[in-house]
Amino acid sequence: MKNLIKEFTKGIIKENPTFVLALGLCPTLAVSVSVANAIGMGLAATFVLLGSSIIISWVRNFIPAKIRIPCFIVIIATFVTVTELCLKAYSPVLDRALGIYVPLIVVNCIVLGRAEAFACKNNLSRSFLDGLGMGDGFTLALVLISAIREFLGSGQLLGHTLIEGFEPVFVFGMPSGALLVIGLLLGFFNFLKNKKI
Amino acid sequence: MNIQEFLSIFISSVFIYNVILSRFLGLCPFVAISKDTKQAAAMSAAVTFVITASSAVTWIIYRFLLLPFNLTYLRTLAFVLVIAALVQLIEMIIRKTSPVLYRAFGIYLTLITTNCAVLGAAVLNIDMFFIGGKAVAGSFYYSVFQGICMGLGYTLAMLLMSGIRERLELCNVPKALKDFPLAFIIASILSLSFMGFSGFKP
Repeated sequence: MKNLIKEFTKGIIKENPTFVLALGLCPTLAVSVSVANAIGMGLAATFVLLGSSIIISWVRNFIPAKIRIPCFIVIIATFVTVTELCLKAYSPVLDRALGIYVPLIVVNCIVLGRAEAFACKNNLSRSFLDGLGMGDGFTLALVLISAIREFLGSGQLLGHTLIEGFEPVFVFGMPSGALLVIGLLLGFFNFLKNKKI
Repeated sequence: MNIQEFLSIFISSVFIYNVILSRFLGLCPFVAISKDTKQAAAMSAAVTFVITASSAVTWIIYRFLLLPFNLTYLRTLAFVLVIAALVQLIEMIIRKTSPVLYRAFGIYLTLITTNCAVLGAAVLNIDMFFIGGKAVAGSFYYSVFQGICMGLGYTLAMLLMSGIRERLELCNVPKALKDFPLAFIIASILSLSFMGFSGFKP
C-alpha cells in the first residue's frame, strides 16, 4: 500500500515532470498565459496520460518489443483525438484558446516517456497511479507558472483583480515572459535541490 | 497564388511567429543541443528538411485521403504515423545515398520523430490553408513554403542561441542557473528582441 501511494506522489514533487525531469515544456510555455487555460491543458494531458498508461500496461504483454513505440503512439494518438473531439464539442472557447497545442499532446515527451519508462513494465494499478501522479504534477506546474504570469502580466488571477492599482508588466503575458518565468523557476528548483544535498 | 502571399508567409513564420521563440515548438532540442554551433547547425538542417518533406506529405494525405472519406478527425493519428514513417524513410535513403550526410545528421534524425515542430507545422498548415473543409487555391505550395520558412526560423533561433551559449561557456554563472535555466533566460531575451517584429500589443 505504501508503495502504491509513493507511485502516486512521486510525480507531484520528487519527479515532477516539468521542474525536475524538464519534459514536455512546449505546451507548458505556450498555454500558461492564463490559469484557466493552464487548468484545461493540465486536465487534457492528465486524461491522455491516464488513459494511455492504463491501456499500455494492460496490453504490454501482447505488444512485440520491436514495434512497441509505434503501438504506443497509436494508443496515445487515440486518446488525444478523443480529447480533441470532446473539447470541440463541450468547450469550444477552451479549444480555441489551446489551439494546436491539443493535437500536440501526442508528441509531448511526458506521455511517451511514461509509457516507455513505466507503463510497459508495471501492472495496471501502479501504472494508473503513476499516470495520475505525473498528470497532477504537470497540472500543478502549469498552474504555478500561469498564476505567476497571469498575475504579473495582467494583475489578475482567474479573471479577478487581486490588488487595486497594480500596474501590470505586459511582457509576462508575451512569449518572452514565459521563457523567463520557466528559466527562473527551474533555477529556483535547482537551488533547492543543491541545498538539500 | 501571388508573390505577396509568399513574402508574408516568409516574414511571419521566420520572424514574427518564430517556431521556437514565439510558438514554443521544438524546445527540447533547442535547449539540449544548442551548446555547440556545429551540432546546432546539423540539427537545424535536419529539422528544416523533415518539416519541408512532412508538410508536403501531410498535405497530400489530408487532401486526397482524409478529406474525401470524411476522416478528418483522424488527423492527429494519421499525421503522427506518417511523420514517423517518413523520418525512417529519409534516414534509410540518406544512409544509402550519402554516408557523409548520414554521419552529420545521425541521431538527430531519429530524435525528430517526436519533435513537436514537425507535427505543429503540419497541423498549422492544415488550419491555415484549408478553410471550411476546402483547400485554398495554391495551398500545396503555401504549405510547403511555410514548412521551409518554419525550418529557416528554427535554424535562425538555433544558431543565435548556440552562438551565445558558446560564449557563455567560460563565464562564471550561479551554480543553480547552469545549463537549462540559463538557456531559458537567454531564450527569453532573444524572444524579447524578436517581439520588435510583431510590435507590442498588450
